[in-house]
Amino acid sequence: MSSHRVTLDINGEPHSLDVTATQTLLDALRWQLDLTGTKKCCAEGECGACTVLLDGLAVNSCLVLATELHGASVTTIEGIGTPSSLSRLQDAFLAEGAVQCGFCIPGMVMAAHALLADQPHPDAATIRDRLSGNLCRCAGYPRILRAVQLASSQADE
Amino acid sequence: MNSEIVGASVRRVGGQERVTGRYRFVGDLRLEGMLHVKLVGLDCAHARVDAVQADAARSLPGVHAVVTENDLPRPMPRFGPVHHDRPILTTGYTTYHGEPVAAVVAETEELAAHAAQLVRVDYTELPSVTTVAAALDPTSPLVQDPDRRSGALAFTNVLSESRFGWGDEPGAAELVVDEAYVFPMVTHFAIEPHTFLAAPDHDGVQVWSAVQHPFALQQVLAELLGLPLAKVRVHAPDPGGAFGGKQHAKFEPLLALIAQRLSRPVRLELSLEETFQAVRRTMFEIRLRSGFFRDGRFAFQDAECNALLGAYADIGPRVVSKSTYLMCGPYRVPSARIHVRALLSHTPPATAFRGFGTPQVVWALESQLDEAARRLGIDRLEIRLRNLAGPGEEFMRGGKPADGDWGISLRRAAEEVRWSEPLPSGRGRGVAVGIKASATTGASYAIVRLHVDGSATVLSGTSDMGQGARTVLAQIAGQELGVDVLRVRVVMGDTALVPFDLQTSASRSTVFMGSAVRAACQDIHRQLVEMAAATFQLSADQVSVTGGLVQLPSRKLSFAELLAEAFAGVGGEVIGIGSRRGEHVGTHPLGGPPAFYEFSATACEVAVDDETGELTILKHISVADVGRAINPAQVESQDEGAAIMGLGHTLMEHLLFDKRGAVRNLGALDYRIPTTKDLPLALQSLLTENGDGPGPYGAKGAGEGGLFAVAPAVASAVAEATGAVVRDLPLTPERIWRALQDTKDPSDA
Repeated sequence: MSSHRVTLDINGEPHSLDVTATQTLLDALRWQLDLTGTKKCCAEGECGACTVLLDGLAVNSCLVLATELHGASVTTIEGIGTPSSLSRLQDAFLAEGAVQCGFCIPGMVMAAHALLADQPHPDAATIRDRLSGNLCRCAGYPRILRAVQLASSQADE
Repeated sequence: MNSEIVGASVRRVGGQERVTGRYRFVGDLRLEGMLHVKLVGLDCAHARVDAVQADAARSLPGVHAVVTENDLPRPMPRFGPVHHDRPILTTGYTTYHGEPVAAVVAETEELAAHAAQLVRVDYTELPSVTTVAAALDPTSPLVQDPDRRSGALAFTNVLSESRFGWGDEPGAAELVVDEAYVFPMVTHFAIEPHTFLAAPDHDGVQVWSAVQHPFALQQVLAELLGLPLAKVRVHAPDPGGAFGGKQHAKFEPLLALIAQRLSRPVRLELSLEETFQAVRRTMFEIRLRSGFFRDGRFAFQDAECNALLGAYADIGPRVVSKSTYLMCGPYRVPSARIHVRALLSHTPPATAFRGFGTPQVVWALESQLDEAARRLGIDRLEIRLRNLAGPGEEFMRGGKPADGDWGISLRRAAEEVRWSEPLPSGRGRGVAVGIKASATTGASYAIVRLHVDGSATVLSGTSDMGQGARTVLAQIAGQELGVDVLRVRVVMGDTALVPFDLQTSASRSTVFMGSAVRAACQDIHRQLVEMAAATFQLSADQVSVTGGLVQLPSRKLSFAELLAEAFAGVGGEVIGIGSRRGEHVGTHPLGGPPAFYEFSATACEVAVDDETGELTILKHISVADVGRAINPAQVESQDEGAAIMGLGHTLMEHLLFDKRGAVRNLGALDYRIPTTKDLPLALQSLLTENGDGPGPYGAKGAGEGGLFAVAPAVASAVAEATGAVVRDLPLTPERIWRALQDTKDPSDA
């Protein structure tokens, strides 16, 4: 399988990757860059576990081919905060007890991050709508929705 | 120092790693030089494998092996938690859709997948058994080879059959209700698909699996590989959701054999579709014939339960026996006859799934009770209260008496939906309860190390699959040792490091492992008393210890101050050991009485669109009798999660099979689970805390109950709103709409 070189920006750092024609952004992140915070579940764009920001928009990285990303800017969960320096949103997830097993949480945080960047003060229906593409089987949904609301309200302070 | 750590909703231990994507789940682990495995299956359930042609795949550069049954020991080793019926790799036949016939091993995941497509399997498709009716039909093909079974049932698809009951022959009843209820197959759909790694380890083997029972897996591997337990090291990173689907060994034995054979680490990540085909919930058809007196009390119950297991037993027989043990629920039933069959079929193995058969049994029982209430003209809450066992009452002859005041939770649930107030038309309310026999036998050991600075390390074999065991165990150690939760490390998931724990299931960990951790801390207390007495030349009775503080006749000092003094110049730590065991009782039908009952009440209010059959849940209340919540926010979040999972099987989930026994709705596109858009408009979990549990501080287990009674409560509300009674799950709009048409006067049509 022949490979193509793409140069792109990931979490603010330039990277050159040799990727095959069928390789997804998700697999490139997980296997070439060891950015394993982005999770793989359904691999068909239905569960949202692999959500990342592509040029600022939330996308399912399992549906994006890596070869198409020359010059693109990608933000993954690793680019949002660290365990000792959480983003306001990440802290709100913990404050509201929104994390159970945690497998869906990176994708959930990325989807919510994109929403708040887009609309700092979304109403409850908008939050529900914008997170409806991210599945949580522990179904921490009520607390996840509250966490996004909390982070949104703190944006005023 | 915070003296009340237990009972506080402290933040989840391990939370920061999860919100930042830093926690390494099993699929995120990378081993030096590892190869990738892809399984090869067929597109039908039951087939004879005539030939596996793998030369094209084997000749690809980077492909290391294509493993078939011919490469594995003969006779093929088999394993399983109840019967040793599951082969490491199938021999000669496939018995369910997706059962692998070969495993490709290659340098990359992509190459393994490509090579797997080049493996040609010549096979002859055979008729398959995928329903209860087919499994009971004596002319159906046999799922398992009779030569590998024993007893009179070997030539049938009945894996096991039992009859039990109590009381005299039923006398006269005012009303007899006789109905059948169906609870379909559903799948766990943990967001983390199953992933396994194995590596040779000098004279042993190491395996990584997000397994709920690492010690059970270690035992299976040791037996199959002929290794001592000490040479089998199972690493069990915290599962990314499990719900019962990650209890028992699946492809770990295959991976371990491949790793040994190739002398290389190997990795297998199942796709979500393959995860659906690995295990699923036990499907039940239950026919109930219940007699009632005029006042709504049970006169008798006569149940015929047929549970459809898969091609291998897995833990299915235990699911069936344990759930039907409480076929009469928490109610006083003077006379019961319960007939239970566990059936084999050409479907993926049925295993544990949150509730362990309880939601299936509760669906039938509670729906039946509603039917009786309607026909007798008794309020649905009232009929439950009239039959419900009171505290301490031996409601099941010879069984453990009621260990909770369950009426409190039932009334609370009903009050929260304003049970007695009138409703507008098109709306309805439902209330239902569920009860589960919790963990029976089994041992849990814990080690707690108190370090010289007063911080602590807890070693525990429990798996934290999202239920929050790490947090609860850290809170218990924190409470007992007077140390902040942030200064406690909980080490789990490595059989070479942590002491034995039977399993993480049945909501047992807070009660069993929590008690073990508390006992280990009390062991530390005893040692500290001796240490203080020796250090300060006192007698032991002059010293006392409470959380974090040593009381001497003249002064108090912290644990850290005592250790600094006692260990000066030498160093050291205090190691406490604790355990909790549930002993085997041969005469008990479950092998031992349950440590506690998990009791839950659900109430809801719904609106039904009678044009479309669409259902809106306006309010959903879940009340859990938890004894004592160690971490209330965590308990509530689990209970809410269980309620939402229950809405999945109530409203939308079921695995469908085609005529060839293939699963028609594999994967997230065709099998829907609840999303944020499917939530009730209001959802609340309430805890009943009476301190009456057998666990630490009066705790009971929790976390499953919230889904026991969701389906009957919602169905009951639908019946009130529309008059339509549905006895098959899920309550899809189509099913409700069809039931609505049946209730309408035919002359209107």
